[in-house]
Amino acid sequence: MNNLNPDTNREFSVVGKRIPKLDAAQKAMGRAEYIQDIKLPGMLFGKILYSKHAHADIVKIDTSKARALAGVHAVLTGEDVPKKMKMGFYKDNPPIKKGKVCSFRDEVAAVAAISPEIAKKALDLIEIEYEELPGIFDPEKAMEKDSPLVHEYHKSNVLNLPWKLHYGDVEKAEKESDFVVEEKFTTQWVTHCCLGTSGAIALFDSNDNLTIHTNTQIPSLAQKDFLESLKAMGLVNKRVRVIKPIIGGGFGSKLDTYAYEHISILLAYACRKPVKIMFDRVEEFKATSTRQPTVIYIKQGCDKNGKLTFRDMRMVLDNGAYTSWGATTPSVMMMPITSLYRVDNVRFNAKCVYTNNTYSQAMRGYGNPQATFAIESTLDMLAEKAGIGRVDIRRINRNQPGDITPQGFKITSCGISECIDEVEKEFAIDGPKEKGIGTGIASLIHVGGGARIYKSDGCGAILKMDDYGKVDIFTGGTDMGQGLDNITAQIVAEELGLYVEDINVVHTDTDVCPWDVGAHASRSTFVAGNAALGAAKKVKETILEYGSKFLDADPEDLVLRDRAIFVSGDPEKSMPIDKLLRKAHFSPQGKMLMADFFYDPDNENMGKEFKGNMSVTYAFGAHGVKVKVDEETGKVQVLDYVAAHDVGRAINPLLLEGQVYGGVVMGLGYALTEEVVTRNGQNMNANFRDYKLFTAKDAIKIKAPVVETYDEYGPFGAKGIGEPGCVPTAPAIANAIYDAVGVRIFDLPITPEKVLAALKEKKSATTEI
Amino acid sequence: MTTNISFLLNGDKISYEIKDHWTLLHLLREEMGLIGTKEGCGNGECGACTVIVDKLAVNSCLYLAIDVDGASIETIEGLASTNGTLHPLQQSFVDKGGIQCGFCSPGMIMSSKALLDENPRANHEQIKHALAGNICRCTGYVQILESVEAARDKGGQNE
Repeated sequence: MNNLNPDTNREFSVVGKRIPKLDAAQKAMGRAEYIQDIKLPGMLFGKILYSKHAHADIVKIDTSKARALAGVHAVLTGEDVPKKMKMGFYKDNPPIKKGKVCSFRDEVAAVAAISPEIAKKALDLIEIEYEELPGIFDPEKAMEKDSPLVHEYHKSNVLNLPWKLHYGDVEKAEKESDFVVEEKFTTQWVTHCCLGTSGAIALFDSNDNLTIHTNTQIPSLAQKDFLESLKAMGLVNKRVRVIKPIIGGGFGSKLDTYAYEHISILLAYACRKPVKIMFDRVEEFKATSTRQPTVIYIKQGCDKNGKLTFRDMRMVLDNGAYTSWGATTPSVMMMPITSLYRVDNVRFNAKCVYTNNTYSQAMRGYGNPQATFAIESTLDMLAEKAGIGRVDIRRINRNQPGDITPQGFKITSCGISECIDEVEKEFAIDGPKEKGIGTGIASLIHVGGGARIYKSDGCGAILKMDDYGKVDIFTGGTDMGQGLDNITAQIVAEELGLYVEDINVVHTDTDVCPWDVGAHASRSTFVAGNAALGAAKKVKETILEYGSKFLDADPEDLVLRDRAIFVSGDPEKSMPIDKLLRKAHFSPQGKMLMADFFYDPDNENMGKEFKGNMSVTYAFGAHGVKVKVDEETGKVQVLDYVAAHDVGRAINPLLLEGQVYGGVVMGLGYALTEEVVTRNGQNMNANFRDYKLFTAKDAIKIKAPVVETYDEYGPFGAKGIGEPGCVPTAPAIANAIYDAVGVRIFDLPITPEKVLAALKEKKSATTEI
Repeated sequence: MTTNISFLLNGDKISYEIKDHWTLLHLLREEMGLIGTKEGCGNGECGACTVIVDKLAVNSCLYLAIDVDGASIETIEGLASTNGTLHPLQQSFVDKGGIQCGFCSPGMIMSSKALLDENPRANHEQIKHALAGNICRCTGYVQILESVEAARDKGGQNE
């Protein structure tokens, strides 16, 4: 049973309301300032030169002509990068490479000049002699003994990462299973395609303290990375200030620091002037990171009643030439593998393998879409084999409140059942069939209450009130378009009886905002929301103390509403908040109302064997889709889509629906159209003509029913919803295609070519019989 | 080579000495400081730089500045009234959740305006067609299409 909502009878004035995004008007007027729009006095323009080969020794670099060009202030090569300046948690990625290149996106030189045009001209004047080396582009081949090594010092192409778990006894359970399905799946590179490309401006003050304006989802961890870079440069005990302009889309792409940021720092230090590096679209496609591609081997079994008996998965991940968060996505893949539906015996083993391809990053869902594609596709196959309905098998195995999963996840609120109901309301998944039309269903689990993947999963908030009843709240959390500013303002306004327009949310500057681990794992509403709520509660306590004094009433009887404090049951006794604040401020021993709060959720780092309650609560959902498959062309048309999500409570349904719609369409691209096409490590489609995003022309109607389960730990009962929308989309589509025309595609994206080939194969197989 | 051109920009008469190779986007953003027109690709593929030239929505990144001599240009900066009241399209995008990160929004709104100026009763399919050249990665287009339809239904008036 789900937790009963203690606020059921509470009338909210701000929470739960469809309040437009606070910065939407600025954005609609074209006044919002993105990194593209920022110019600083004396600013130089930096540009990066990339490798011409996937794998090669750098025999010689001659930068003399570039240096001699008028207007050029600095030219850097790998020789100019301090030895210890390395990016990524695996510390294998210097911002400019020296001696050898391992992928086409390897940075080999950088220039700062008085204009972007001169900087580009200077790049053209840099002469580099390469000696090509054999490249390795298939991760499974890269694991073979005689494969060329991407990094000789590493001795093996397989990374030393611990992605391995086994709970219960998978082999025994397999023997005892009545039905078993075993398959191989593969997923592709896709990329974030933020409309605003990447960029940074670095500058040093006269004491060598760094300020960097950069698109980041991790201001605090970026600050740490940049401090490490300064240290490597010999600048110790310096300050780093990270200023985040308005971000033109994140989706996980800005969860690590990139070469362009570190290079802008090196150039700014070399020139002692602000240096801006701004990516163009081609660069954005080629030199930012993708979603982690995977090769997945899966076996799932059930008993004759459809109860899941085991799940056994093995993955090979193409790490690319360097290591970023893509290599840690198995930590999140583990979540659906161990905990989507009840299954006692689970095993998982993932190997990340160096290749001469591009390297991967975090992207919305963080490994979950890949794993869920394999799990939910084979679940349908298992249901068919066992002669059980596709909805039934999901109901039989559904998660329930109070469950503790094999990985140790404590399921608090859980609306998966209600989400399946919502899908069934829209389509009869197991109902009668029309030719060429099929329905599909797939569910999801995701972290909904933070995710402890770092030493702290916390977020700080500092709240101050002025003499006029207005609030400034400085949060560690990051708004990148998803709407954390609203969530923060709505929570604070609700708690303090104010209006949203009374709340100014500041989330842009590490000089004033407290620490936060970053905008990832759908954690901001939950964690930053709880931090804001904690600060508001503290201030509220002080307001009530003064209210009790000024209104001569018991604090218990005081209510904050409509910018005033009231004594309940005595409408005559009230005071506007601004008056109370001034009275508190301008009395002897006066006081300004301020509070800080650091919320670190009570979740657990995954310990030995990856056990531990990673999130305080989990988000659930189920997607249903109806497709039409053209058997002549293989084209899949999405006719109808329903995305039901258990969100705890919708703090702002307008923004929440926006997250779901956007997630679904990103998921549809993943399922059907999007792929970074490479040939021997080279990106072949670095533009929007050839990288196929959904456009308005392809837009579909999506229903996004909200299931409110009220989570006892969430701010006003809320859980995270940033990522779930794109998690079960691909398997829902694959399942619907199978339902429509009887072919199953195991390899994303499901292009018309693949559908057609599968249809042909099916036809020839039937003819042979 | 430089050329002196004259044009109407959001109703104001402008005379400007331009370099012949400048794009209209460059003129607006880099020279005149009108940052509302965004560059998403520089290649005519994403529509973030959409402005209206003589009633037609164009990708300003592909449009030479020299070609606007004598033309009337509308950019996102010209939509709201001088008293700060948003244009009905802007207001709808705000109210209906048509804006998330906001980078595509000025271009989306300008494409929508060109459409509704020409066809105030554009239907769902016509709106989808008119916006097909404007890429959005945040919204999945659902709330954008709702925004344009709401503005259309208001008939050019704010509620």
